Amino acid sequence: MIALKQILAILRKDILLELRSKDIIVSMCVFAFIVVIVFNFTFDPTTQQIKISAPGILWVALLFSGNIGLSRSFAREQENSMMQGVLLCPVDRSLIYIAKVIGNVIFMTIVQLIILPVMVILLDLSIGHVLPQLLVVLFLGTLGFAGIGTLFSTISANTKSREVMLPILLFPVSVPVILSATKSTAYLLSGKDIGQSLSWIKLLVGFDVIFLVICFLLYEYVIEE
Amino acid sequence: MKNIKLTYLVLIVITYMLVLTGLYLAFIYAPPEKTMGDVQRIFYFHVPSAWVSFIAFFVVCLAGIIFLKTGKEQWDRLAASSAEIGVLFIVIVLITGPLWAKPVWNTYWTWDPRLTTSFVLFLIYAAYLMLRSYVSNKERGARFAAVFGIIGFVDVPIVYMSIRWWRTQHPTPVIGGGSGSGLAPEMLTTLMFCLLAFTFLYITLLVLRYQSEGVVKEFQALKHKLQN
Repeated sequence: MIALKQILAILRKDILLELRSKDIIVSMCVFAFIVVIVFNFTFDPTTQQIKISAPGILWVALLFSGNIGLSRSFAREQENSMMQGVLLCPVDRSLIYIAKVIGNVIFMTIVQLIILPVMVILLDLSIGHVLPQLLVVLFLGTLGFAGIGTLFSTISANTKSREVMLPILLFPVSVPVILSATKSTAYLLSGKDIGQSLSWIKLLVGFDVIFLVICFLLYEYVIEE
Repeated sequence: MKNIKLTYLVLIVITYMLVLTGLYLAFIYAPPEKTMGDVQRIFYFHVPSAWVSFIAFFVVCLAGIIFLKTGKEQWDRLAASSAEIGVLFIVIVLITGPLWAKPVWNTYWTWDPRLTTSFVLFLIYAAYLMLRSYVSNKERGARFAAVFGIIGFVDVPIVYMSIRWWRTQHPTPVIGGGSGSGLAPEMLTTLMFCLLAFTFLYITLLVLRYQSEGVVKEFQALKHKLQN
């Protein structure tokens, strides 16, 4: 019970900060928009081709903007030695990890809910019939990515060039999550092969569990001062 | 000290003989492959390199776990030395692979699970080396590296599995690799010998690298002492 309260307290601090500054969500949204627009220019948006690429475009936009959000969220902790304050609290280190993951998932989900309708309009996608499944896949993919990303952004925030270091660490390791999230989205959007997407979703759940457990166990080693 | 130096010398001489014999076996003793011809001989360097990089990354993971548990600096040194050698050999794998694939498969690259996993492996451990050099606080950097080394190694089978799933969604053309069934006995002997020779090469490089890393540490400690 106390653990839950502590998680909520850290989460509340992060959300409050975001509500006052709004810099993470705004910068993520703008960046995700730009990625989608750039893809619209590089592929011919009128052809059937773009509908096949749509799941890829969606995930590239989400992951790249997620990367920005993750690095921002820990750069903020470095300003005014905020992390010191959190570490001074009598809170278990692993709870800090859980709170941070939840916070990052919330921010990334908000961005997704803004980007998805834009994608539907720009690319003329029909998602009505698979919307619940699609939201589940988006959530699972985000969870895995944020789970790994939270650990790595804690690491990269303490390196010399943190903006460069985070994607270099994050993307190769999260290949399984990226792959299964994109694949299940592709099968859902194609309208056929719902069964295929189900097996990819199961795989995605498995990857999420593995990564979250490992990162949870290792987090205390990267955060101690 | 003298004993240690002698051990190094013996190790280096043994490795030298093994590698030399390996070259003889690969280029002269082993028969040319029936369909691929002489180009198949790259197999005797390609597979052992992959094997060495795999052991090297395993050592990185293991040393990382022990370092996190004990906090002893020499385990971090071992992990760092092993990672460098691993990256070197995975680069050899990624260079010899396409060289072999072009005449045989008629393409430099396919997104086959093994190829893709090797590539991702290279990216992960290149990131590992970058991470090491980007952290100014040594003690903290060692912890970060250990954590990343563990996750990186756990990631390898997962990456392989996910990519195998991904590729089997599309039927891939049947490709005739060099390994597999029906390896001539001379070829098998050569391969086994080269695996042994490369393993010794890895151990020698690791020992020397570990040693020189220790000398650097000593030097820095002396410099620090002089400055104060």
